[in-house]
Amino acid sequence: MIEWLTLLQILVAVIGGAIAVLLGLIGRRPSDLTMAFTGVVALLLIVQLGVAVASPLMGNEPSGSLLEFYIYLISAIFVPFGAGFWALVDRSRWSTVVLGVACLAVAVMLFRMSQIWFIQSV
Amino acid sequence: MTATTPEKTPSLTRRSGVGRVLIAVYAILALAALGRSGFQLATKFNDAPFAYVLSAVAAVVYVVATISLIAPGRVWTRVAWITISFELAGVLVVGFLSVFVPTLFQHHTVWSIYGIDYVFLPLVMPILGLLWLRRTRAATASSLEGNQ
Repeated sequence: MIEWLTLLQILVAVIGGAIAVLLGLIGRRPSDLTMAFTGVVALLLIVQLGVAVASPLMGNEPSGSLLEFYIYLISAIFVPFGAGFWALVDRSRWSTVVLGVACLAVAVMLFRMSQIWFIQSV
Repeated sequence: MTATTPEKTPSLTRRSGVGRVLIAVYAILALAALGRSGFQLATKFNDAPFAYVLSAVAAVVYVVATISLIAPGRVWTRVAWITISFELAGVLVVGFLSVFVPTLFQHHTVWSIYGIDYVFLPLVMPILGLLWLRRTRAATASSLEGNQ
């Protein structure tokens, strides 16, 4: 895990999440903007997966449990994809809120992952 | 970007309107609880077998609760009431014990300290869930116009 990348991810997820929740609550259906944010969050998670796999090979070891880290990461990957699919099927304002909730949930999971990697000890 | 107007839901089922957000949050919570519980059972079971088994039970109940909010019908409605009430009771009891008798729960579970590890969602969600169930029960029981 790389600190600046993780920080960027969390920022994108929080901003995208907040925008989607607000847009959904005022009645907007899923749009290019909200879907794009969710897509970027999903893409960055895949990048994070690559980084996580490569990190120990570059001497970047997690301080906490690698297994726990991966459980969070794999779970997190499901979330924006699931929400994106949901928003394609159900074109209502609540799906926009769901996109937002998904992005915010990913932000929380990323925070937890960063704790496991950088702070927590096994 | 597509502009929109707010639409009306034709009938108020558990799956309609804001219930969908409830389902989404429950699904994410269930996923998180399953993952964490699986990890605890697989790696640290001996540290706190009771707490971790309880965590696993909670995770399974969350999954069933999520399904019960989605699936239609009287049986699933009853399952929803039972699972969500069980969760509320669980988070209140375990929350209380973990605060006032901490030796019982030295290792954190999803319900520890009223679900603090999950931003108190395990406490808030069942309350919202029960309120939603009550609201949709009233709406579907009376066969009047079901506009929200």
